[in-house]
Amino acid sequence: MIRDKYKRPVRATQGQRLKTSAMIASIAGEDQPTRMAPFGHALVDLARRRTDIVGMSADLAKYTDLHIFAQAYPDRFYQMGMAEQLLMGAAAGMAREGFMPFVTTYAVFAARRAYDFICMAIAEEGLNVRIACALPGLTTGYGPSHQATEDLAIFRGLPNLTILDPCDALDTEQAVHAMADHQGPVYMRLLRGKVPLVLDRFDYRFQIGKAKLLMDGQDVLFISSGLMTMRVIEAADRLASDGVRAGVLHVPTIKPLDTQTILAEAARHGRLIVVAENHSVIGGLGEAVAAALLKGGHGGRFRHIGLPDEFLDAGALPTLHDRYGISTSAVVATVKSWL
Amino acid sequence: MQDRLSNVSLPLRAHNIRRHALRMAEVQGQGYIAQALGIADVLAVAYFDSMVYRPDDPEWEGRDRFLLSIGHYAIALYAALIEAGILPEDEIETYGSDDSRLPMSGMAAYTPGMEITGGSLGQGLPIAVGMCLGLKRKGSDRFVYNLLSDGELDEGSTWEAAMSASSYHLDNLIALVDVNNMQADGPSRGVLDFEPLDAKFAAFGWHVQRVNGNDIAAVAEALRRAKASTEPKPRIVICDTRMGKGVDFLEERERNHFLRVEPDEWVRALERLEQGKPV
Repeated sequence: MIRDKYKRPVRATQGQRLKTSAMIASIAGEDQPTRMAPFGHALVDLARRRTDIVGMSADLAKYTDLHIFAQAYPDRFYQMGMAEQLLMGAAAGMAREGFMPFVTTYAVFAARRAYDFICMAIAEEGLNVRIACALPGLTTGYGPSHQATEDLAIFRGLPNLTILDPCDALDTEQAVHAMADHQGPVYMRLLRGKVPLVLDRFDYRFQIGKAKLLMDGQDVLFISSGLMTMRVIEAADRLASDGVRAGVLHVPTIKPLDTQTILAEAARHGRLIVVAENHSVIGGLGEAVAAALLKGGHGGRFRHIGLPDEFLDAGALPTLHDRYGISTSAVVATVKSWL
Repeated sequence: MQDRLSNVSLPLRAHNIRRHALRMAEVQGQGYIAQALGIADVLAVAYFDSMVYRPDDPEWEGRDRFLLSIGHYAIALYAALIEAGILPEDEIETYGSDDSRLPMSGMAAYTPGMEITGGSLGQGLPIAVGMCLGLKRKGSDRFVYNLLSDGELDEGSTWEAAMSASSYHLDNLIALVDVNNMQADGPSRGVLDFEPLDAKFAAFGWHVQRVNGNDIAAVAEALRRAKASTEPKPRIVICDTRMGKGVDFLEERERNHFLRVEPDEWVRALERLEQGKPV
């Protein structure tokens, strides 16, 4: 998109213009139940029984909830400075010496700046490093420097790497413990700060590599990951009031993809498949599911909700989620247009 | 001077490392042989005077770690590992061939004694920082050696790690830089001027020594000082070396980053090396 930076914005005549900073800390909606820093607190719990766990960050501990761990275990926390290549290399070194580093930064810096180090020092060696990265997809209004809209596209091509995209506080907490028992490197998209709690209403337990049907419905099947799972749950509730029965298949592990469950659910009811992801439409869950369906011989209707293949705008998150079609109301409207 | 492990002299060890490397290069007919000949003296000192390890147990917890970030120097390290008894000599003939444990660029998963996967330059020193932190966490008194090249210093990650090593007072880290002033596109100082290297590392808070890397006694003394120092600083020994050292007509080649050698020249190269064999 070409902008004219010399043109003053037109003042909104109605309503209030939202501010970018208002939504930096949380993706939670008003009145939505939340938990504070679920990643940091879960890691502290885990570290109590696992003395091999260390925390490392590149000057973003406070913004990735790793400060909770650093406060609880100051001698097990390593501040590596604003140097993401060093961070990943040093994490590899720590893992080589038998420790399990939980490493945090922003997803843009891990995926774009430190990729070669994650690739060669960590993934090629199959080391037990856990990389938890905040601001996945469109979860900040700071613009492309902070919005990791292509992190999954970058990381999906990396052999050995397990990729997680948890939905809420519960998912994140359980993923922390599951990662600790996993062999090989893991990349997790991290929701930080006040993180919504939505999966507690379901009979759900996070397992690496497993997709889980949260809701069933005969007209539409949402296949989603990350925060889009909470959006499509809300969307399914709203669609139900309009007589549209929508199911939700939550896919918190992007790689390895639970192809078996996806194919089995896609085969039921002949319903419209809608993949919803907080990521570019290039190279993320949508294309992974599309490929799985095609290879699996599924011939049904398929649609995809994701971020456009563009550098996205700066602004307030609710505005941007509406603009790019990943707010609940945008999802509902889009799906209705497809029915 | 004799090596610490036997009655073999360090110059003879260096000579043998050069011979193993030449025989490997002959398998391919080309390669990074000039670097291997240049760094052989440093490797002889590291493996036969300085480091602690068990040839029959390359992953022994009590070993000093040797990280080769410059993966293309694998031919030199294989030669040292053969001389150290970590690799069998008869694998020389497999160098760089299908299903060999000795690929042309060093990788941890392929070769006993190869601690990390190099080749993407600039990764060794960051990994070394993590290993040094890990060793200190475990209460180990072992050292981590990292062999870098002057060209590798172009990579910014090396300087991130240089700052970090000093910030964490990693006195269990010994960096060795092979300054042979040659990289892929030509003389290193012309590609990206890295001097004054000793002043740079001193400014970064390191314990710095600079020696003639083909002077075995000087390298040995520098490594002894690096280990014995009580300064809470990472150590670096900058080693000025001569590409092709020990084979006169290879020393004189100008563009010798990746040498192509004619079949008949290998015999001559081994002959020239043998002529200089230490007694």
